[in-house]
Amino acid sequence: MQETSATALNDKLKRATLVEGDYSFDKVSEVITRPTRSTPSWWLIAFTGALSALTLYGVTVALLVYEGTGVWGVNNPIGWGYAIINMVWWVGIGHAGTLISAVLFLCRQKWRTSINRFAEAMTLFAVICALQFPALHVGRPWLAYFMFPIPNQMDIWPNFRSPLLWDLFAFSTYFLTSFLFWYVGLIPDLAVLRDKAARAGKKIATYLYGIFSVGWRGANRHWKNYERAYLILAGISTPLVLSVHSIVSFDFAVSQIPGWHTTIFPPYFVAGAIFSGFALVLTLMIIARQIYGFKDFVTMYHIDTMNKFLLATGTMVGYAYAMEFFIAWYSGNEYERFAFVNRAFGPYSWAYWTMFSCNVFVPQIFWFKKMRRSIVVAFIVSILVNIGMWFERFVIVVTSLHRDFLPASWGYYSPTWVDICMYIGTFGLFFTLFLIFLRFLPMIAISEVKGVMPEANPH
Amino acid sequence: MKENKIFGIVGEFADPKELLNAAKEIKKAQYEKFDCHSPFPIHGMDEAMGLKDSSLGWIVIFFAFCGLFGGLALMAWVATVGYPVVVSGKPLFAFEPFVPVMFELTILFSAFSTVFGMMGLNKLPMFYHPLFKHPTFYRFSSDGFFVSVENGDPQFEVEKTTKLLHSLNAKNVEIVYEN
Repeated sequence: MQETSATALNDKLKRATLVEGDYSFDKVSEVITRPTRSTPSWWLIAFTGALSALTLYGVTVALLVYEGTGVWGVNNPIGWGYAIINMVWWVGIGHAGTLISAVLFLCRQKWRTSINRFAEAMTLFAVICALQFPALHVGRPWLAYFMFPIPNQMDIWPNFRSPLLWDLFAFSTYFLTSFLFWYVGLIPDLAVLRDKAARAGKKIATYLYGIFSVGWRGANRHWKNYERAYLILAGISTPLVLSVHSIVSFDFAVSQIPGWHTTIFPPYFVAGAIFSGFALVLTLMIIARQIYGFKDFVTMYHIDTMNKFLLATGTMVGYAYAMEFFIAWYSGNEYERFAFVNRAFGPYSWAYWTMFSCNVFVPQIFWFKKMRRSIVVAFIVSILVNIGMWFERFVIVVTSLHRDFLPASWGYYSPTWVDICMYIGTFGLFFTLFLIFLRFLPMIAISEVKGVMPEANPH
Repeated sequence: MKENKIFGIVGEFADPKELLNAAKEIKKAQYEKFDCHSPFPIHGMDEAMGLKDSSLGWIVIFFAFCGLFGGLALMAWVATVGYPVVVSGKPLFAFEPFVPVMFELTILFSAFSTVFGMMGLNKLPMFYHPLFKHPTFYRFSSDGFFVSVENGDPQFEVEKTTKLLHSLNAKNVEIVYEN
């Protein structure tokens, strides 16, 4: 009697199947590594496009270095423009990758195995794009080493009380830790590629995959330390991902500018970062899934779950927007009140309401299961969310600066063509790296997917 | 020419269940120097092989504290000795503004010590290993499950060990040489 009710309960609690269809371990390796063995024509076309955008980026950087930051639209009072907006946007996108790989790992959300490699790669390349901007924003990028605490001929040391310096440490730690996490996850899969290349008699591929797979031989004595290393990396990445965007928000919150000087910024930025990152993972994943035919690994269940995340984080962001207004009113501070009324109804109201609709209203569609399970809807929403999140940073940076305490110093900011081309150029950088990743590395964690298949459980 | 020493004996098993069972039996037969090779970590294998818990955590926590206090020391020295500047009337030394950088350096040192510690404990990178000469061992990364019993084990005898592996349902049981 008791046993039957336990079985019934088990059936009710049954987890969704993570790999659909009939797969043997060998077939999993075979299917996932297939894209690393051929260069399809769409890849060449996309790569050419990405390289062209990267060239555009190179040209704008050269112009910036030659002319100085005057080629940007920044002025007085709006001293921070596209560069900072893009930096915050790109690094925010990166956060979803770490969230998927670390936080969901610690929470034992096994569905993450199909998307974590992909999302981690996205993190890495997004952070590379983000890192471009602070280096360029110093105006003389060849002097960017001034920011590091290294002895120099002027006997000057950086000011460790500045949030901008905290940012330097947060970004570099984030990049290096994400890279290590990604690489450790790749080692067993590089061994798969090495063994496959060796069987196929490809010398150069065997040699290169061989070097990077460090002679992995799947020994259980190795797996023991490997799994512990993975757990520790997940454990330290979790507070790291929360800290990085908190520190980014300190760049604003620690200043005295109305509209920036608020305590809600750290959690609000973190929620927004995860929101935008999940959206970009979804955009890229839907494309890759269609092109490579990975529908058995990235199932409707995965897309459904990702959309639930979008709904939850989008609503959190909406709550933060509302709370900012409430606190501005409740504080009784006239500058604070003005900053927010001006944000929603001033000259930049078009940006504010674009942000609000894309980030808060649009994801509400995911209350309906039918919408969550529609590829087309998910794709469109994910793009709208990324537009909305870009505008969020635009609103925060520009509207707070353009009308400060003295009406005599008010101004208006519009980007120049260099600003816009540089932003487009970072997409070139991102997609160049991403396409190289898709072509040469397994985009799904092979050993982890095998581990969640029912056949893998010996009990 | 130097004599080619025997490295050990390798056998292949059909699935994770058989591999786990084999590990238990080999352990029962008092072998110590043996290992299991699989495309993914198998749940319960550490207990079956009687392995101790990984010591990686101790390495990492040591370096984590190095990062934490090293960062604090660097900033304290810069703020008070190297380049003392009064910022908005605040004291030269206070730990509060240093917390973010201390935190980040703790993470950075932990991350590097985790990866290099793992490599060190596993003695990787090791680009040559006798096991790779076993005719079907390349399958370990895809769908092969292997046991290797090493020559250095006191219980190791070519015939006895081969027999044991055969009795556990192993296929492709082969002697692997060092070179």
